[in-house]
Amino acid sequence: MKGLKVMALLCAVLMSISPVVFAGTLDDVRARGYLIAGVNGSVFGFSMPDEKGVWKGLDVDTAKAIAAAVFGDANKIKFVPLTAVQRLPALQSKEIDVLCRNTTQTLTRETINGLNFVHVNFYDGQGFMVPKKLGIKSAKELNGATVCVLPGTTTELNAADFFKKNNMKWKPVVIEQAAELNKAFFSGRCDVLTSDVSQLAAHRAVAPNPDDYVILPEVISKEPLAPVVRHGDDQWYDIVNWTVMALIQAEEFGITSKNVDEMLKSKDPAIQRFLGVTPGLGKALGLDDKWVYNIIKQVGNYGEIFERNVGPKTPLGLQRGLNALWTQGGLMYAAPFR
Amino acid sequence: MTENEAVVKPPPSDIGILGWLRKNLFNTWYNSLLTIVTIFFLWKSIPPFIKWAFFDAAWFSPPKVCRQIDGACWSVITKNIRFILFGFYPYEQQWRPLIAMLILFALLYYSKERSHWNKRLFYYWLVGLAVMGILMKGGIFGLPSVESTKWGGLPLTLLLSVFGLTAAYPLGVILALGRRSKMPAIKTLCVLYIELIRGVPLISLLFMGSIIFPLFLPEGITISKILRAQVAIILFTAAYIAEVVRGGLQAIPKGQYEAAASLGLNYYLTMRLIILPQALRIVIPPTVSVLISAFKDTSLVVIIALYDVLKTTQTVLSDPQWMGFSREAYIFLAILYFLGCFSMSQFSRKLEKELDTGR
Repeated sequence: MKGLKVMALLCAVLMSISPVVFAGTLDDVRARGYLIAGVNGSVFGFSMPDEKGVWKGLDVDTAKAIAAAVFGDANKIKFVPLTAVQRLPALQSKEIDVLCRNTTQTLTRETINGLNFVHVNFYDGQGFMVPKKLGIKSAKELNGATVCVLPGTTTELNAADFFKKNNMKWKPVVIEQAAELNKAFFSGRCDVLTSDVSQLAAHRAVAPNPDDYVILPEVISKEPLAPVVRHGDDQWYDIVNWTVMALIQAEEFGITSKNVDEMLKSKDPAIQRFLGVTPGLGKALGLDDKWVYNIIKQVGNYGEIFERNVGPKTPLGLQRGLNALWTQGGLMYAAPFR
Repeated sequence: MTENEAVVKPPPSDIGILGWLRKNLFNTWYNSLLTIVTIFFLWKSIPPFIKWAFFDAAWFSPPKVCRQIDGACWSVITKNIRFILFGFYPYEQQWRPLIAMLILFALLYYSKERSHWNKRLFYYWLVGLAVMGILMKGGIFGLPSVESTKWGGLPLTLLLSVFGLTAAYPLGVILALGRRSKMPAIKTLCVLYIELIRGVPLISLLFMGSIIFPLFLPEGITISKILRAQVAIILFTAAYIAEVVRGGLQAIPKGQYEAAASLGLNYYLTMRLIILPQALRIVIPPTVSVLISAFKDTSLVVIIALYDVLKTTQTVLSDPQWMGFSREAYIFLAILYFLGCFSMSQFSRKLEKELDTGR
């Protein structure tokens, strides 16, 4: 009799513990009261603190959108700066809920590392920058050029492949420090600077005369950068994935942080579903039906985020390129919200 | 027989400034050559540096102006000083770490005098540490709470080094005593610990603390990144101090132990009254070099993305506006670190002099 009682008690205890242990990320985040996002911390335009220590950037805004979707408040979030080595273990050990740290989606990361990449929030790729006065219009004309490049990165290997593939000769000038690389290029020690396009733009922004340099149209590698979550929590994956898609879809609908209140009155049934006027979508994700409204109201749509952090009016001055909506020749394409 | 000789003064070229110059700078042909070469290099380097650093420099101008001038652009520091010094600490609350740092400096300065080393000082430190903790952490007395993840900049560097060094020193002494213990279990443990820790670089300890360690923790438990780094620094420094102290212990003649034994002192009293005071005094210079290098090693926490004062400065430099002003920023950092290291070695020299009772 006594043994039974103990057993029953043990079962009760176990049952009361188990939901805590196996709770999904959404429940953990809700119980904690804020989202923890891993970011880079030193890439201008993507995630970097300003001079007041406030986080700014495209990755930062993407993470804020997730917080807005979950809590209805984009500021219920904490950022953890991570190095390249730390980023994946931090996610695996549950130190962070989501990683928004310009991470390239690859097969091994999705399989061996046990992670899932959601919809891409920035398409980057390696490119070339040359002085305008050389009159070069295409990377195919770079035969015999001296090229400034950082050592030991995939950048160097990609460049070598590109020149070999096109039967061109090149002379790499390998420089360890980004700042020194910069100086070498602008002082004319090499004809070409190669790096990720977003980085090239950052380099150009600090040139003595930024207008004297052009970034060539060829992009020689694919760097789809996307937020990352852990394997095995499909609900959380859905939330993060559809948050990124909501940012894109909002731009396609023309809904911005400024006109979102008027859009609530829209007669378009697709927009009514999207903004939660017709309920259902939020519930399906386990969120409030106002989730998209909260994201757009507090963070803005993808276009607004892009313009604010990396667009033509910022020091980076990036064009939309691949990151334009599919309707405008880019790759940003959201699945239907229904 | 010499009383009639007139007092002959040495030739004028042997006394005064001229004499000093001749004796010290131009006494042989190669010294003369060295002097001339040195003067030439100083002449070539110092005036341009002063021109760059002071006369042509911009102190508070925006980055656009900085790119026009030839001199140093100190505004990379002045315009970003609050982020460099305090990192992510909430902007309106940054007076709190400032006061905490001032308290720390005052306490350190006061503790410099040996005449102040008594029970009162201990209580001062207790109160000071409590006040600093409350200021940094908040949550009571109407101060908004600021978690340790937001601590950064200079307070973080000081926190890691001051606590790292004060905790590592006693631990190191205990390890050194343990290594010389006659009990095999304790001795083996201490030897193992010291050799294992000294066998790996600090970077790998920091990596293990920040990346591997969390994977072994039970679900739902996370330990603050700062604490993990702090523990790694303490464990690392303690092993080095232990070996330094052991050197001091070995330098004590056997007669001292025997004298203590003949007085009937037990192990604890022998160590406390006879051996350690002598041994620790002997090893002041190497201890201080361990402490100084540990202070500088705290900057390695950048590799686990803690925003100490080095990392905050680097972050400022990756802003396109300020990219390229790395020289100014690193000179500023060098001055900061120099002040820390120099005052430590100054203090050790003073201590050595005071404790030098004739050996």
